[in-house]
Amino acid sequence: MDYFLTEEELEIKELTRKIAEEKIKPVRAKYDEEDSFPWEIVEVFRQTDLFAVLVPEKYGGISGKVIDVVIVTEELSRVCGGIGLSLGGSGLGIYPVLISGSEEQKHKYLPQIATGEKLAAFALTEANAGSDAGGIETTATKDGDHYILNGTKQWITNGGEAEIYTVFVLTDKSKGARGASCFIVEKGTEGFSFGKKEDKMGIRGSATRELVFDNCRVPKENLVGREGFGFMIAMKTLDKSRPMVASQAVGIAQGAYEEAVKYSKERHQFGKPISAFQAVQFMLADMATQIEAARALVMATARMIDAGAKRYAKESAMCKVFASDMAMKVTIDAVQILGGYGYMKEYPVEKMMRDAKITQIYEGTNQIQRSIIASNLLKEF
Amino acid sequence: MDIIVCIKRVPQTAEAEVSIDSTGKSIQKDRLTFDMNESDTYALEEAVLLKEKFEGNITVLSLGYPDTDDTLRIALAKGADNAIRIKAENFENPDAFQTAQILKSVIKTINFDIILTGCIATDDAYSQIGVTLAELLEIPHAALVIKVDANEQRTHVHRELEEGLIEHLDIKLPALLTILTGINEPRYASLIAIRRAAKKEIQQLGKENIELEDLVINSVIEELYVPPVTKQVEILTGSPSETATKLAGIVKEKGLI
Ligand SMILES: Cc1cc2nc3c(=O)[nH]c(=O)nc-3n(C[C@H](O)[C@H](O)[C@H](O)COP(=O)(O)OP(=O)(O)OC[C@H]3O[C@@H](n4cnc5c(N)ncnc54)[C@H](O)[C@@H]3O)c2cc1C
Repeated sequence: MDYFLTEEELEIKELTRKIAEEKIKPVRAKYDEEDSFPWEIVEVFRQTDLFAVLVPEKYGGISGKVIDVVIVTEELSRVCGGIGLSLGGSGLGIYPVLISGSEEQKHKYLPQIATGEKLAAFALTEANAGSDAGGIETTATKDGDHYILNGTKQWITNGGEAEIYTVFVLTDKSKGARGASCFIVEKGTEGFSFGKKEDKMGIRGSATRELVFDNCRVPKENLVGREGFGFMIAMKTLDKSRPMVASQAVGIAQGAYEEAVKYSKERHQFGKPISAFQAVQFMLADMATQIEAARALVMATARMIDAGAKRYAKESAMCKVFASDMAMKVTIDAVQILGGYGYMKEYPVEKMMRDAKITQIYEGTNQIQRSIIASNLLKEF
Repeated sequence: MDIIVCIKRVPQTAEAEVSIDSTGKSIQKDRLTFDMNESDTYALEEAVLLKEKFEGNITVLSLGYPDTDDTLRIALAKGADNAIRIKAENFENPDAFQTAQILKSVIKTINFDIILTGCIATDDAYSQIGVTLAELLEIPHAALVIKVDANEQRTHVHRELEEGLIEHLDIKLPALLTILTGINEPRYASLIAIRRAAKKEIQQLGKENIELEDLVINSVIEELYVPPVTKQVEILTGSPSETATKLAGIVKEKGLI
C-alpha cells in the first residue's frame, strides 16, 4: 500500500533498508547466537546519521517525528528484531527529556543522542513493579543540591551499554505514584552500577540489564520536570513510544512473511510448489492483509501524534496491541509454511517468531494496553 | 587532484525476475528498482579516498534519463563536488562507443588528473566505456584495477587478472582507471549529507550544449531473448554405485578428466 511518504521519508526508508540488508542481515544469526552488543552496527547508524531521526533539528537532529522513527524501526526489524533496538531503546530513553526536560537538559543531552555518540535507556520497571508501574520502590532523597538514589531497576534495554539513563524513582514514598519523579543519571556516576545481563528468548543482541543504585548522588539539575510528575512523564513517554514497538512488530512480521512467500514458491511437494496449494495461499493472503492493516494503523497514529494531537493514549495502545498480536500470528504461520525447515535455525523464521513475542510484553503488556483502550473509550461516552 | 567519476544508473536485477519487453530489444523495467551501478560505487569511493588524501574536486558525470539525478545526488552526498547529467533523452540508444564519444565531448571541457569508472555495468555488461573513453582522450588507462596508490604526478595500480594473478603498473597522470568491486568499502550517504545534496544543483547538458564529433554507430541491438530450455539432461538411474560407475564412464568418455 502506498502511504504517500514524503521525499525525505523515502530517503530515510531507503537508507535504512540498505543498511539492514547489507550490514545487519549477514550478522543477525551471529548476534542471536552470541548475544553480544552490536557495536559495529551502532557505528554504521552513527556514520549514516540514523540516530538523528530521534531528535528535532533544534537539538542537533533531523526530525524527532514519530513517523520517521517508525519507518526506521520497521525497516531494521524486517531484517532483525533485536539489533535495531540499540537505536529504538535510545529513542525511548530520551523521550522523557524531549517531552518534559528543561531547555538546558535538552541542549546538553539531545545532541549527543542525535549523533549516536551516546546511547540512552529508559528505566521504570522493577522486580515488584511491572504492569503496576506505580509500585516502584527505588527512592531519591534530597540532600542539599543533590538527590540520593537507592534501589534496583530490572530488564532495562540498553542497560550497561548506554551512557544516559532516565530513571523513575519515588521522591515522596507517602504519595505512591504521585510521589514519583524522573532523573537523568549518567553512566559512571558514583553509586550507579549494573547487575546481570539477561539471557533472553528473543531480541538477543539487545542488552537487557539490571541497574543498581547504591547511595548514588545525582545533582538536582538532573531532575526532569518537577518532583511528583514522574509517573505522568513515564506515561506520556510510553504513549509516544508505543508506535515504535508496533512498527517493530510490523517489521518482524513483514520479514517473516517475505521469507514464507519466497519459500512457498521454491519448495515442491506432490509435484508442485507448495504455493499452489490453496491452504498455503490463504495463509499468505491473511498474513499480507493483517500486516497491511497493522501498518496502516501505525502510520495513521504516527501522523496523528506528529500533527500535534493532544490525546493519543488510546490510538497508541491500539496500534501496539494490534501490531504485536498480528506479528505473533504471522511469525507462527511463517514457521508453519516452512514446515520442519522453519523450525531449524538454518532458516531465519524461528528467530523472527522468538523476536515477535516481546512486542506483546514490553512497554506495557497487551492486557494493559487493552485496559488503556477500554478506560479511554469508556470516558468518551 | 581533480577527479572525474563516470557513473550509470542501472536496474537492480540480482534478485528480481527479468523479462523481455514488447520491443524484444530491452527488458521490462517498470517493476525494477534502480541504483548506481555496483562497480561505480567503488570508483566513487576511491575518488573520495583520493580527495581526502590530496584535496581537489570530484565531478560525477552520467549519460542518463532525468531519474539519474537521484543517483547523482547520492554521489554528491557521498562526497562529490559537482554533478553533470548529459540528457540521454537527446540521443537514440547510444552503444558503448557512442556513449564514450559523448562522455569525451563533455570531459574535454573539464580539468582532471584522474578519471575513474566502474569496470563493468551490470545491465549491458559491455565493459567498454572506460577503455574506449581513455583511447578517445588519448590518455593512458588501466582496467580491472584493485588497488590505487597515487601521488600528484603518477599512480601505481594493481590489476587483477584471471587466476588471481596481479599485475603492477606505474602510470603517468592524467589517466583513466576502471575499478573493480572490492577495492574498498563504499560508504553510505548519510542522512544529513543527503539533505544537503538535495539542495545542490545538477548541471544538465543537452545535445545543444555539447560540442559533438560525428557519432559513429558500430552496433545495434537486434534481439534480446531468453535461451530456450533444451533437453540435454541425462538422468542416471540405479543404485548409488551403479550411477557412480555410469557417471565416471561418461566423464572419461567425454575426455573431461
Ligand atoms: C526484553 C525486555 C526488555 C525490557 N525493557 C525495558 C526497559 O527498557 N525499561 C523498562 O522500564 N522496562 C523494560 N521492560 C519491562 C517490561 O516493560 C515489563 O516486563 C512489562 O511492563 C510487564 O511487566 P512484568 O513483566 O512485571 O509482568 P507483570 O506485570 O507481572 O504481568 C504478568 C501477567 O499479568 C498480566 N497482568 C498484570 N496486571 C494486570 C492487570 N491489571 N490486568 C490484566 N492483566 C494483568 C500481564 O498482562 C501479564 O500477562 C523490559 C522487559 C523485557 C522482557
